[in-house]
Amino acid sequence: MSRFLAPILILVVLVGFFFIGLHKNPNIVPSPLIGKPAPQYELPLLLKPGETLGTEKLLGQVYLLNVWGTWCFACRAEHGVLMEIARQNIVPIYGFNSRDDPQKARQWLADLGDPYVASMVDTDGLVGIDWGVYGAPETFLIDQTGIVIHKLIAPMTMRIWHEDFLPLIQQLKAARP
Amino acid sequence: MKKMIAVLLLMPLALFAVDNNDALEDPELQERYETITRELRCLVCQNTPISDSNAPLAEDLRNQVREMLLAGSSNREIYSYMTDRYGDFVLYKPPFVKRTLLLWLAPGILLLLGGTVLVRTVRQRAAMPIDDDDENEEEIE
Amino acid sequence: MIPELGLFSLVLAFCLAIIQSFAGLAGAHWRKPEWLALVRPMATGQFVFVALSFGLLTWSFIVNDFSVEYVAMNSNTGLPTFYRIAAVWAAHEGSLLMWILAMSIWTLSVSWLNEEIPEVFRARVLGVMGLVNSGFMLFVLATSNPFVRLLPAAIEGRDLNPLLQDPALAIHPPILYAGYVGLAVAFSFAVAALIEGKVTSAWARWVRPWTLMAWIFLTIGIALGSWWAYYELGWGGWWFWDPVENASFMPWLMATALIHSLAVSETRGLFKSWTILLAISGFSLSLLGTFLVRSGVLISVHAFASDPARGLFILIFLGLCIGIALGLYIWRAPSLGSGAGFKVLSRESFLLINNLMLVVAAGLILMGTLYPLFMDALEMGKISVGPPYFNLVFLIPTLPMVLLLGVGMHSTWKRARWEPLRKRLKTPLLIAVPVALGLSFAWGRPSVLTFVGIFAGVWVILSAFSEIRERQEMGRNFFSLPRSMIGMLVAHIGLGLFVLGVTVTSVFSIEKDLALRAGDTVELAGYQFKLESLRNAEGPNFDAVEGMVTIRRNGKVVTTLYPQKRVYRVQTSPMTEAGIDAGWTRDLFVALGDDLGDESWSLRIQFKPLVRFIWLGALVMAFGGLLSMSEPRYRKIQKAEGVAP
Repeated sequence: MSRFLAPILILVVLVGFFFIGLHKNPNIVPSPLIGKPAPQYELPLLLKPGETLGTEKLLGQVYLLNVWGTWCFACRAEHGVLMEIARQNIVPIYGFNSRDDPQKARQWLADLGDPYVASMVDTDGLVGIDWGVYGAPETFLIDQTGIVIHKLIAPMTMRIWHEDFLPLIQQLKAARP
Repeated sequence: MKKMIAVLLLMPLALFAVDNNDALEDPELQERYETITRELRCLVCQNTPISDSNAPLAEDLRNQVREMLLAGSSNREIYSYMTDRYGDFVLYKPPFVKRTLLLWLAPGILLLLGGTVLVRTVRQRAAMPIDDDDENEEEIE
Repeated sequence: MIPELGLFSLVLAFCLAIIQSFAGLAGAHWRKPEWLALVRPMATGQFVFVALSFGLLTWSFIVNDFSVEYVAMNSNTGLPTFYRIAAVWAAHEGSLLMWILAMSIWTLSVSWLNEEIPEVFRARVLGVMGLVNSGFMLFVLATSNPFVRLLPAAIEGRDLNPLLQDPALAIHPPILYAGYVGLAVAFSFAVAALIEGKVTSAWARWVRPWTLMAWIFLTIGIALGSWWAYYELGWGGWWFWDPVENASFMPWLMATALIHSLAVSETRGLFKSWTILLAISGFSLSLLGTFLVRSGVLISVHAFASDPARGLFILIFLGLCIGIALGLYIWRAPSLGSGAGFKVLSRESFLLINNLMLVVAAGLILMGTLYPLFMDALEMGKISVGPPYFNLVFLIPTLPMVLLLGVGMHSTWKRARWEPLRKRLKTPLLIAVPVALGLSFAWGRPSVLTFVGIFAGVWVILSAFSEIRERQEMGRNFFSLPRSMIGMLVAHIGLGLFVLGVTVTSVFSIEKDLALRAGDTVELAGYQFKLESLRNAEGPNFDAVEGMVTIRRNGKVVTTLYPQKRVYRVQTSPMTEAGIDAGWTRDLFVALGDDLGDESWSLRIQFKPLVRFIWLGALVMAFGGLLSMSEPRYRKIQKAEGVAP
């Protein structure tokens, strides 16, 4: 009897998996960096080309690292949200300007406003590889000790900010004021 | 119209790229380069290897592979460089680890299962009487 | 008005399909002759209205009616008329309508071409087919209406995806869909047989030509797709194990297994429940493929724009269709009877091995295709399963299968003896080994696996030919064999050619990416490729840069190729048109890459030995199927073991 039942059991299992699969996005690849130290780097700043910033210098604070570029449509869409988050002044946002023309990038910030404490310039995209960046916008959450806590691979929205980021940030701040 | 554009963006075109770099001088390195770039999945362009993609990221990753090869890295080092940054997703050949156990053992399991059924069926049938009154067995395939 | 009429026809066709299934299934159950009499007219009417609906959508494309959203999205005034017609099935909605049209044509054929089948049984088959098709019509009406208006109308269309502007790809979907949907015929015959609780040799004889036809369409459809990918995508690959490709390959493997198992069920009355299960599985995998491609659960290069509502609909439909069929299977299969015995060495055993290996191969592809989804659903991270896995794993069942095929082809039913088998196979074996060795070294140094692959191909071909020689020795003409036998031999020769082509191409192809200036020459596999010049060219709806590459061998010009890099004006995406010199023994392939700025261009040049054998083999296989189908006994009116009402 069991050999006649096997096919329908396979069907039930498959349909179950497909049902779960329908609610997932196969295009989003989670970062292996979560829970690990952020990569070491130092990059020049977009607005103060003489100065540099990097993981080492950013230690000691909880911050967001937002990957953006003027070539990225969705970055324009999320820009207003980033401005709002910056206004709330809960965590600093650092920009990571990826594969861009610095001239255009500066113009972008002048036109749309600058939510970033500072933006680093990764013209050739090499540091981006260390961060596992594969599209933009992407937003990382890094804690005081330089550990990567969370990564968003999509435009930031207020909802995502409230539901995913804020609780994590409050936790981090509570653990290590 | 806006909706249309959104829909179109969801459909990635399979764009082909030629590697714009010159071949590596050492033919052995070049061969390893070709193998590795064909087994690494491009993240931006979905289902194409970085060898055949014209996305900027694919180009950077190709250069990275090239430089690591020239610096004397082993294939294993190059693959783990990639998975450290992008996860196992970039490997077209999944690693043999606990969670891929079923995947890699599938051929063995399926053949064993099928083989058992096969042997049992044939044995059973061999023990049964053969009907020799069929009229058309000779010519029908 | 025209699009609304199209939609109305589809609604009408849906109603007729519902009546057809009710009249067929209920009429057969309660033995109502007046209901049964309704089935054929309904099937005919359903076809007429589906065809009308399809025709009206096509008309909207021909006259560039951009007030229809689907037309505006997939066509353009600059698009040549041929491609405007092909654009009908270029995206999700229209391709589904074509799927429905194909199903209607199969339904119509079953209702008119099966005079020898008892009316009650035929009504059941058509009843099931009506249910399947009405499910798809409901899908279109509920989630994917191609006739939706765009207000205000677009001034110009977004144009057909340039990748699809190609003759082979224009006809690839209709043929492939005809194959997918054709498996629904075998499925419906299986379900009808389960309802009656009886599977006879006659049943197998009825199903076989339909299955063969569907299999032929699938074979040609897949081969066309692969050929298209080879010359159009520009990287010279012919198979990438992409989910969409796998979705078409799994039903093919199942259909192949089904054809073989039907042979046993027909001649020997054996493996009945197994045959039924295969008939159900073949179409189930078609449905599964549809789900995978259109729901967005997997990443694929050819994915349709995805929509979760559509995914959910197909999932429910798929669950119901297959679930009901398998439910009937649990109920009826145990009592289908088991038939007689056979010896260990017999044709039955070999066909059983064939079935096992084909099903295992399909199972492994299914596993590889779905494993990333399983991992993701279980929150175990994302992984990729790609060509390296499939290339390796697929050989495990198929290589032994092909090697055994050479023997199995000649063994007799019930009991075979070693002695005659050995006598017959000695000569092909003695020829195959040196020929395979010679071929192995013809292009370079082979590995053991390469040799085995080449040997397998040669061996199958020679083994099939030995049958012809045998007949001649017996003083009989080859053509005195039954057609189905000749078809079988031809199809296996096709398989041999295919195996040969795949092995040699995969191992001995040479590929180079280079930067060249006009006047530069490079050497590849004994050929000198010279980039003579580059010029601008213009097509009806694209601009291009065209290279002129002369290829010489030993100083003599072999051919001149004109690879293009096109930019289509509307969608402005760059496209590669490779220059290919096709030949029996090798292809020379040149694709233009990018302008590198310093007057040089990047080029990919390739030498691909025996690559034509891949598609040639597929065509020969399909031709073998056609020969088998033409077997007179499938058309004879035989009421002997009729399925009693």
